[in-house]
Amino acid sequence: MTDILFILFAVVAVGGAIGVVIGRSPVASLLFMVATLASVAGIYVLFEAHFLAAIQVLVYAGAIMVLFLFVIMLLNLGHDYRADLRYGSWSLLSLVVVGLTAGVLMQGFSGDLEADLLENGAAAAAAIDAAVIEKGAVGVIADPLFTDYVVAFELIGLLLLVAIVAAVVLAKPREAGKD
Amino acid sequence: MLLDYTSSFHYVLALLPEVVLSVWGMGILVAGVSRKQQGGSGQELGWVAVAGLAFAALANGWLYFGVAEEAATAMIALDRFRFFANWTFLLGAGFAIIISLPYVARQKLQAGEYYSLILFAVVGMMFMASARDLMVIFLGLELMSIGVYALAGFNRRDRRSAEAGLKYFLLGAFASGFLLFGIALVYGATGSANIEVVADAVRNGTAVDALMAPGVALLAIGFAFKVSAVPFHMWTPDVYEGAPTPVTAFMAASVKAAAFMAFLRVFLVGLDGVYDQWWTILWWIAAVTMVVGNVVAVVQSDVKRMLAYSSIAHGGYLLVALVAGNDVAAAGVLFYLLVYTIMTIGAFAIVVTVGNQSERRSRIEDYTGFGWQRPLLGLLMTVFLLSLAGFPGTAGFIAKYYLLLGAAEAGLWVLAVILVLTTVVSYWYYLRVAWYMWMKEPTGADGPGAAAVTPLATHIVLVIGVALVILGGLFPGAALDLAAASVDGLRQAVGAAAAPAGP
Repeated sequence: MTDILFILFAVVAVGGAIGVVIGRSPVASLLFMVATLASVAGIYVLFEAHFLAAIQVLVYAGAIMVLFLFVIMLLNLGHDYRADLRYGSWSLLSLVVVGLTAGVLMQGFSGDLEADLLENGAAAAAAIDAAVIEKGAVGVIADPLFTDYVVAFELIGLLLLVAIVAAVVLAKPREAGKD
Repeated sequence: MLLDYTSSFHYVLALLPEVVLSVWGMGILVAGVSRKQQGGSGQELGWVAVAGLAFAALANGWLYFGVAEEAATAMIALDRFRFFANWTFLLGAGFAIIISLPYVARQKLQAGEYYSLILFAVVGMMFMASARDLMVIFLGLELMSIGVYALAGFNRRDRRSAEAGLKYFLLGAFASGFLLFGIALVYGATGSANIEVVADAVRNGTAVDALMAPGVALLAIGFAFKVSAVPFHMWTPDVYEGAPTPVTAFMAASVKAAAFMAFLRVFLVGLDGVYDQWWTILWWIAAVTMVVGNVVAVVQSDVKRMLAYSSIAHGGYLLVALVAGNDVAAAGVLFYLLVYTIMTIGAFAIVVTVGNQSERRSRIEDYTGFGWQRPLLGLLMTVFLLSLAGFPGTAGFIAKYYLLLGAAEAGLWVLAVILVLTTVVSYWYYLRVAWYMWMKEPTGADGPGAAAVTPLATHIVLVIGVALVILGGLFPGAALDLAAASVDGLRQAVGAAAAPAGP
């Protein structure tokens, strides 16, 4: 049962990702992205990471996607575009590159990867289980966030500030630069 | 002072230069907004930003001389490599801001946002060089990149600047994706994003090879994009040409230096154990980068574009040292980046001057007779060009010599020969500019020097730059010792890499 669900979610996730790229209309791309994010949340559930799955649905599939949709509708970008990608020899080239990359990855993933991961992962999984029992599902994420990873956490705050400043600078009406 | 990270205040102390600079950047942002009603050139904001850089440099010096850590457990390293890198970035940013002052005023750019974005970008660079964790490297890279994307597209009235900003943003985001995927795979293979834990896992053979190999490849691609190595260099000439020239100087010097610092730490410390897997890739990238960068630079008729290709070529030289992967080469990279920062910004400062603080007059014909009209500036430009070419007596020569020394120690003879031959090629396009400046008669009264306005501050920066370049060329001892001390112990935890033979 788990295997069947995993394959289902995985196919939807990958298919949705491809749909985002080849979708003609921005709204269609967005809906494909929602499908991808939702099925990734499903995969989290299969990993028994329920809290992460809930956050994934709330934040990404919910809030951020709605924001994207808002922007597209407000700026009236929702109509179809003619394809501006160059097809022909370029698509052939990209297919070759994708094929080569997939080949390299397949070569790596075949063999005893699964046994390898199980062996290495068993200890880590046990540690996570113990931590979940001790601190609860939220504590396992929140605790390291403000202790071990506090530098990275603060850095993200600065990153968001810079992103806002950059967006304001680039999106301001052009006359504003003449003062 | 001994720092232990059980107290969060000690975290702040360990990050003092970054904290100072972040707070300073926010202050300038606020000051820029409240100043806007009165108009004015915004030069005072630029000087405030330079003061912030000076304070960060002092804080960095305090960390260098007065601080040790109890255990190397934080996500931020407290080693001399970081402090040397920080000084390099702060110097580059200081020079870039000072040459920006007249440009920002004349182009009527929004000074508050401009200078604070530069400061924030420097904070990102400092995190990249100091990170002991791949996650922090990625965040630092994004912090730097987002600031620089906006700076590249800063001049809203210039179509080419907007194009440069968009192009840089799209390709930069694409490259970040590669890097992030690589980090995720390395994390999956080793169970940690901490560079030293990764190094241990790789060395002890506990890393999962099937995830490690594609992870290393994706990391290499991501970094190659950021240092604009061939064949991932396509964005560089267009972005460097379109961006405001002082921003181009900042990008060519400091952004590239930051990418190399992170590249060095990740590959020589973290991935040292899988040297066999990555050195062939980087060998080819280095060889192709040197050849393509130099050969294409020869046919450029636009000086800004020529300097863009020259920066690609310099990236190739630095990659040689990365492939060599020994301590001599690593110290050479640090020294090279310091010298490269000074001479690149110096050369771009003259390009800004000839362009009369705008984006015009950047073709090589526009330099006709410039040397005779403005002898001091012409002389300074000539020294910077000679140093970029690696002429004996300049710091560029010593820097290149140490890269070669590292390559020789690792037995990379083919790469060393390519480095020397492509350097000879590079003489052609650097000296061509000097030839136009000195050997050709100015055409008419409105030659390049006639309209060029250069404030005293730019002159002072240029003279200091030339003094450093010549000092570094004649008496490189002190700076080289500092660079050598900075890499000493960087890789101590990790065994020395097996010397490659070269394909």
